[in-house]
Amino acid sequence: MTSFKVNGQTVTFDGDSETPLLWVLRDHLKLTGTKFSCGMGLCGACVVHLDGRAAASCRIPVATLESRSVTTIEGLAPGDDKLHAVQKAWIELDVAQCGYCQSGQIMAAVDFLERYPEPSDADIDANLSSMLCRCGTYVRIRKAIHRAAEIAREEGRRG
Amino acid sequence: MASTSISRRHFLVAGSTVTGSFVLGLPVFTIARAELADGTFGERQIGYFVEITPKGKVIIGSHQPEIGQGLRTALPMMVAEELDVEWHDVSIRQMPLGIVKTADGYGWKYGGQGVGGSTGLTSNWQFMRHVGAQARHQLIRAAAERLGVSSEACSTRPGYVVCDASNGEIAYADLVEDAAKLDMPEQAPPLKAMRDYRIIGTRRDTIDALDMVTGRSKFGLDTQVDGMRYAVIARSPILNGRVKSFDDAAARKVNGVLDVFTIEGPEPGEPYVILASGVAVVAASTWSAMQGRDALEIEWEPGPNADDSSERFWQENAAMLETTGQIVLDDGDFDAAMADADKVVSRRYEVPFVSHQPMEPQNCFARVEKDYCHIIAPTQMPAGASRAAAAVTGLPRENIRIDMTRVGGGFGRRLTNDYVAEVAMISKQTGWPIQLVWSREDDVKNDFYRPGGLHELRAGVDGDGTVTAWTQRLASGSKYYRRPNMPTENLWQAELYPDDFPRRIIDNFRLEYFHNAIGLPRGSWRAPAHTANAFVIESFLDELAVETGQDPLQLRLDLLGEERELEYDGHGGPTFNPGRVSRLLKFVAERIGYGEVRPAGTGVGIAGHFTFGGYAAHAFEVRVDERGELSIDRIVAAIDCGYAVHPNAVEAQLQGATVDGISVAMGQEITVHNGRVRQSNFHDYPLARITQIPTDFEAHVLNYDETPTGVGEVGIPPVAPALTNAIYAASGVRIRKLPIGDQLRKAMAI
Repeated sequence: MTSFKVNGQTVTFDGDSETPLLWVLRDHLKLTGTKFSCGMGLCGACVVHLDGRAAASCRIPVATLESRSVTTIEGLAPGDDKLHAVQKAWIELDVAQCGYCQSGQIMAAVDFLERYPEPSDADIDANLSSMLCRCGTYVRIRKAIHRAAEIAREEGRRG
Repeated sequence: MASTSISRRHFLVAGSTVTGSFVLGLPVFTIARAELADGTFGERQIGYFVEITPKGKVIIGSHQPEIGQGLRTALPMMVAEELDVEWHDVSIRQMPLGIVKTADGYGWKYGGQGVGGSTGLTSNWQFMRHVGAQARHQLIRAAAERLGVSSEACSTRPGYVVCDASNGEIAYADLVEDAAKLDMPEQAPPLKAMRDYRIIGTRRDTIDALDMVTGRSKFGLDTQVDGMRYAVIARSPILNGRVKSFDDAAARKVNGVLDVFTIEGPEPGEPYVILASGVAVVAASTWSAMQGRDALEIEWEPGPNADDSSERFWQENAAMLETTGQIVLDDGDFDAAMADADKVVSRRYEVPFVSHQPMEPQNCFARVEKDYCHIIAPTQMPAGASRAAAAVTGLPRENIRIDMTRVGGGFGRRLTNDYVAEVAMISKQTGWPIQLVWSREDDVKNDFYRPGGLHELRAGVDGDGTVTAWTQRLASGSKYYRRPNMPTENLWQAELYPDDFPRRIIDNFRLEYFHNAIGLPRGSWRAPAHTANAFVIESFLDELAVETGQDPLQLRLDLLGEERELEYDGHGGPTFNPGRVSRLLKFVAERIGYGEVRPAGTGVGIAGHFTFGGYAAHAFEVRVDERGELSIDRIVAAIDCGYAVHPNAVEAQLQGATVDGISVAMGQEITVHNGRVRQSNFHDYPLARITQIPTDFEAHVLNYDETPTGVGEVGIPPVAPALTNAIYAASGVRIRKLPIGDQLRKAMAI
């Protein structure tokens, strides 16, 4: 049995300890915002935050999660009126096309911006090149990350 | 705008039958009254598409699949425009497939449903505006009746009917119940003039963007139904192979595995219901099902394609081009013109098989009961899903409900509903509600691939550089190979679009085709044969320019000529205006600084194409260093889709198609060895990454007239040739085989 936190709530899982976090989230906790796409950590569609850092949930066996803390796209913002700066920027720049990879893109961008609050395009490329999008939303993703950084700074000033 | 006559008399019988009158080719009840499942009529609904809540919120039915192309926003924009409501009051409700049984088969209940061939917007352009205009007119009539004035004295402002004579103003929300009960007028109301648009043609954001950024959007794989079990299938790794025997002892020991059984595959050559023979594993969770599958031991019957290989296919293509194929088109006197030519240029180009790989792998939900079936599918073709489920279950289609989810990418893969048939088989066999999940590996190895082909282009040029004769000779595996009743002599029609440039521009014009069989299943991949044909035609134009000492842009402009309508019988017709390609080429050339002198190792390439009614052109600026490393520094893309109804989505589609075009040009290829697909996941079937896409990337939407064309596929065909033409300009290396792969590194190492 593994006990860990998902979006602030303690959860326990007593199935196969090799089960990837992705499937625990999706099939058992019914948190379907985190997406399955490649199953090999190659595309980023399943990215969540593990203890605050972006991680591909399809490659994390549930057994390694004891006492750790997971945040998914559903837990990123406390409410629709309190969206994260990245979510606001994503809406403003209308990034998504099919939308399937976007939960992962957003979670990866949130972690990235915490490490690079004023990123350059080169920083974005160097850190987010493993995040794939078949619809090709990269142009808007790049713009939205810059915009999110700006929104975060504005919100920081306002306190 | 023409109005459509609608008979009152027929309305009386509408709702219970479709033998009544039609408007826009649809039964009147489609927009008159909404009969609900229990036989009552929606009290706050005007027709099936428009619902107005007591607080004045407007819920617009979205009857088309949303695959990322933006129709879920664009179609309600049309309704809202004519209905005259504020956009911020609009939300959408996804509608299921609507079919009704008729005397001679099935008819559409809500109008045609399905997205493919870039027709989603154009086929609904007239209809959706009428839906809005009709609803508005009913609201006006309800207000006029209540106030005792004539309809002519009333107009609207967003959300309100305004009746000047009585100085009254009534909210739609207070009128909708009366309006919903009114019968249909004799005449369909006129549509707005384009100059009066407030919503259509303006920037609007994706209507369900909030759901997408919060993870609430429901894709196919997100379906959750009580009692649902999960299934995966171990499909034959050998093309057209079959299950000979299997040992499931270990699989059944996997915790959570509930059932294991054989799925019969199609016979080689017969039209597809499902793609492959295999063994299904049903379990309590996706992970258990996958673990169970891994534990299966299966012996495969190799079948007719067990020795198939890409090497064999490409060698045969080359050998075929040494012979004479089927002459499918022969304008003018090609042989005489070639004999008279001062110069003959001939080149061969290889375009590989490629796979779709939407980010959401194939999947589907089914609940098959004795006399009812429920399918929840991420599909581009819900009616095809209905037929697939009917074929498997034997149920009449009116007993099969097809719900559509948001779709995590289509690109043509989800035109085919093989996964619907698979999951219906599994649910029927087990009696459980089932979610079928494909892994990425399943998706790469079991697809309807874009056909690969070897193209030879030859042209005769006279002394002043005028192209006098042109032929395209293609050996490929036609995607029509498995169509029912398709004569062999028509197989070329999937691979060569005869009215494309330069037909009717170069008088002596010949198309020749050779069909080469291969076991890889083939299907439609975004802009089907246009991606291959634009690459070879636009590459060859560049080569002709080099061979005859002409400028590549000027050669194109000379050939394309002035604006004029040429006959175009294929999809996207009835006409093709080559001047619209010229306009875009000139535009992108100017924006990128086409004529500027650039440093060594840097070059610009251009290409343009007409695809399914729309026009696009690209200009790329690239650098190639001495080691053959390629850097795309700038992109200018332009699309002319006639009139952009939802310009924000048009721009997104152009940006996305450009990235997609880079993916497929750079590294994507499906190959076969010993009858097996070699690739398996994104490590050996790479998508473009953000690092490959320049920041300096302009996407321009240039309106042309008042007639919208499709968009989704239009932006991709010019990408590969614009890129490879730029590579030539930068490095002198001509790419004649896609994908580019390591060809540049190899060429520069010599």
